[in-house]
Amino acid sequence: MTRIDAKFAELSAAGKKAFVSYIMAGDPDFDTSLAIVKGLPGAGVDIIELGLPFTDPMADGPTIQLAGQRALAAGMTLDRTLELVADFRKSDDTTPIVLMGYYNPVYNQGVDTFLQKARAAGVDGLIIVDLPPEEDSELCLPAQEAGLNFIRLATPTTDDKRLPTVLQNTSGFVYYVSITGITGSAEADSGDVGPEVARIKAQTDLPVIVGFGINTPEKSRAIAGIADGVVVGSAIVALIGEGRPVAEVLDFVRTLSDGAHSI
Amino acid sequence: MNDLFNSFMSGPDESGRFGIFGGRFVSETLMPLILSLEEEYEKAKTDQSFWDQMDDLWKNYVGRPSPLYHAERLTQHLGGAKIYLKRDELNHTGAHKINNVLGQIILAMRMGKTRIIAETGAGQHGVATATVCAKFGLKCIVYMGAHDVQRQAPNVFRMRLLGAEVIPVTSGRGTLKDAMNDALRDWVTNVRDTFYCIGTVAGPHPYPAMVRDFQSIIGKEAKVQMMEAEGRLPDTLIAAIGGGSNAMGLFFPFLDDKDVNIIGVEAGGKGVNAKMEHCASLTGGRPGVLHGNRTYLLQDDDGQILEGYSISAGLDYPGIGPEHSWLHEVGRAKYVSITDMEALEAFQLSCELEGIIPALEPSHALAHVMKIAPELPADHLICMNMCGRGDKDIFTVAKHLGFDMSDTEGRVAG
Repeated sequence: MTRIDAKFAELSAAGKKAFVSYIMAGDPDFDTSLAIVKGLPGAGVDIIELGLPFTDPMADGPTIQLAGQRALAAGMTLDRTLELVADFRKSDDTTPIVLMGYYNPVYNQGVDTFLQKARAAGVDGLIIVDLPPEEDSELCLPAQEAGLNFIRLATPTTDDKRLPTVLQNTSGFVYYVSITGITGSAEADSGDVGPEVARIKAQTDLPVIVGFGINTPEKSRAIAGIADGVVVGSAIVALIGEGRPVAEVLDFVRTLSDGAHSI
Repeated sequence: MNDLFNSFMSGPDESGRFGIFGGRFVSETLMPLILSLEEEYEKAKTDQSFWDQMDDLWKNYVGRPSPLYHAERLTQHLGGAKIYLKRDELNHTGAHKINNVLGQIILAMRMGKTRIIAETGAGQHGVATATVCAKFGLKCIVYMGAHDVQRQAPNVFRMRLLGAEVIPVTSGRGTLKDAMNDALRDWVTNVRDTFYCIGTVAGPHPYPAMVRDFQSIIGKEAKVQMMEAEGRLPDTLIAAIGGGSNAMGLFFPFLDDKDVNIIGVEAGGKGVNAKMEHCASLTGGRPGVLHGNRTYLLQDDDGQILEGYSISAGLDYPGIGPEHSWLHEVGRAKYVSITDMEALEAFQLSCELEGIIPALEPSHALAHVMKIAPELPADHLICMNMCGRGDKDIFTVAKHLGFDMSDTEGRVAG
């Protein structure tokens, strides 16, 4: 059982929905980023998604692209991201951490080396955007063997015929991308999302978490009402990009998590 | 090489791989689109009416076959091998790009797509896409790096005349790689009505194989024409490589002709050294994953993609088509690099000796011809792909040669 599985068991027992936050590791610099990550559980975050900076984030909008560029400019690397996780783990051994990013930096480091280091650092799961089920042998299967969850994205274009393929080697939870588009663009319409979540839940026992296009406490609450949890990324990253103090960023996160937890 | 069962022409396998290269490294949103494109292409491949339509357009709209031209004065000047140029610069729109665009646009229409997006570097693929979209009445959006918009101004105007919307891309450093990122972002947003027309033999499967198949008309014609002219196959094929579509088009039909040497020429920029001011992915890069495929990439120690550099916007890409990566590793083709300065010299020589103003891209191929031809015997046949004409590049070349275009006396500056 990973920390992710334990967290969902705990939430389920308490009848609560999950609030998942995304920030870019190392944005705007290592120390500030670490301070924010350390504050997230206290701001009501159940699962922390940490973005892996990459030069070519093809599924991300300008907000997260720029965050990646800031992190890279400040010297962030894959190894430094793992150091950040290890540092966080010194004071928190229960909040799950999921790394989200693109395959090349992982492939470049070598899958086995990366998995060994990630596990040692205290990473619980991976979301690698450009690894669809067709490429499962690359990282998905080795990651599961190494005891990490591999969380898959399901999208509005994933039809019923394809859904079993997508769900097959997924673990931890399913991340439903509520829109066709990039992060931080269109707003999710809870009217469309409800039936889609139901469609996925009919085929899996895993929790279904919804992300993309959720940017306010109200949206957070609305989506939490129809799924097992919500992810907010760009709206938080935008505040960090504006150079707001850590406390202010965490206050905003608190309003979002309150939204999700008020269900 | 024993497990290659005698043929270099059987790839990719069903997962879209050439050896370890290629594949389908895209987000889930795009995966169903790519699978349906593959299905449509597999159907079209064996549908005679599709190829009849292609043949008709290639002949009557593009002007194919392009001539195989014996460059007599160049041959004399270099004093060695006999040099033939495959004149794909004479195609409608001035480059090989349209060979592939026609195929993809016909597929798009068969799939009921009404909105076409494309990325472009030098602008040749953008112009070809805008042209074919105009011909068929389709909406066309071209993503072009802001830096390239500046250095390829004539092609930007051409695309706009043809009714395309040109979107300058400012993310990253504003070159071809960034344009491709933004085209992918558009596609993931407009999945229902949009077809992504990729200009080179890269991207997720089936693009590398599909674009190669469409461009293979170059090599098929060259084979027949060389047999007619010389009664035998060429000894050496040479083509320039950015993503590698003109090269793949020339090389592919010859891959199993083991006596034919195959040479791809990468852009060496200011020199292939530690400063990475070049675009020679095979000479100076290593395998990685970008834009839907595994291939050789310019990248740093952390796996971050580096911006390439070349005088030629069409070669300014940090990756290369996966089939080239494979041909490189199995040793069927050899890859070399040519610097900006060498390409500029070849550009001028072609103008002076043959009356052909070449694009900067094939000028790289020609520069390698200049290197090897003098050492080869007179009966050695070289076939080089003159894949584009240089009208679009005259401003860049003028700048590098210190020629002031605004000076009506035509004086060389300073």
